[in-house]
Amino acid sequence: MNKVIRFLPLILVIALGVVLYRGLSLNPQDMPSALVGKSMPDFSLVTLGDANKIVSKADLVGDIVLLNVWATWCPTCKYEHPYLLELANNPQLTPYVKLYGLNYKDERLAAQQWLTNYEDPYQFSIFDEQGTLGLDLGVFGAPETFVIDHHGIIRKRFAGAIDTRVWRKEFAPLIKQLISEKQQGK
Amino acid sequence: MLNKILFIAVLIVSAFMMSNTVNASPVETFEFRDEVTKIRFQALSKELRCPKCQNQNLADSNSPIAADLRFELYDLLQQGKADSEIVNYMVARYGEFVLYRPRVSSLTYILWFGPALLILTGIIVVIIILRRKPAPKENLALNSQQQEKLQQLLEGNQVQSNQEQPSQNLNTDKKDKE
Repeated sequence: MNKVIRFLPLILVIALGVVLYRGLSLNPQDMPSALVGKSMPDFSLVTLGDANKIVSKADLVGDIVLLNVWATWCPTCKYEHPYLLELANNPQLTPYVKLYGLNYKDERLAAQQWLTNYEDPYQFSIFDEQGTLGLDLGVFGAPETFVIDHHGIIRKRFAGAIDTRVWRKEFAPLIKQLISEKQQGK
Repeated sequence: MLNKILFIAVLIVSAFMMSNTVNASPVETFEFRDEVTKIRFQALSKELRCPKCQNQNLADSNSPIAADLRFELYDLLQQGKADSEIVNYMVARYGEFVLYRPRVSSLTYILWFGPALLILTGIIVVIIILRRKPAPKENLALNSQQQEKLQQLLEGNQVQSNQEQPSQNLNTDKKDKE
């Protein structure tokens, strides 16, 4: 017993070291969204393409939805863009998963120009000039991507750019699960 | 040499200019209904944390999201919302994270009660250690047998005036005790 007590400080220091070392590799931006498990908030906004076309929550719900928050002022969005195109053209996903954009606090003309220049991966983009829907979604930057299931429940929020690695690790398993949930009629 | 000095001077000046623009504190002018609302605004914007720049509160931060949230906070106050309603509104969107003083819940028990628990364990350990120390003292007192032996030794020493013996005897004495 005495021998164990003698080594107790050493054990404690090693344990503390392990905890702190783990802390080094954690991403402090990686916060759980307050909205996961909750219903997508209601909204009524115009689309980016057509200032007269009003869209609401009802236009999103029904499919498995990827809602990508983007803006022309966001350099990481440009990095992410080619992969979004890849997703939008992936024949394995397109029957089940719909990609929508949320153009967040942006200028309409610049954003439209961006989509003509780099190609448009979205079914449509919601034009959220004031950031009201962004606020209701707890968005604090771009890019961010939300996964919404076919009942309109937010299942995941991811802050940062999506690329192949992120998709495989963060999204692919959840999307697979959602597709099977939908097929089973849950 | 002169070139180097010039280069350093330029560096310092440009750094100074940059830090000046970066440090520009958020300037917005809000018109409040009354003094109380103003004080509540100031208090809440210090209590709420900026979700983007994680070590600053809403009052401190320059980031666009913090500015948005300050406007939102102002709006909610002008609408006559209570402090708790406003806090709930923010938490519903940005999570418990926006609170600099997290609420007591099963998730934050360790945060709230951990330090008290640590102090308590510390106090208990100190008490145990302090209580343990006096224990050997009782054994230090010689019982009558030892007393007698000591007496004999002292007397023997006086007669024989032998220097070596006492220490040897003391050693054996110790062993006896153990």
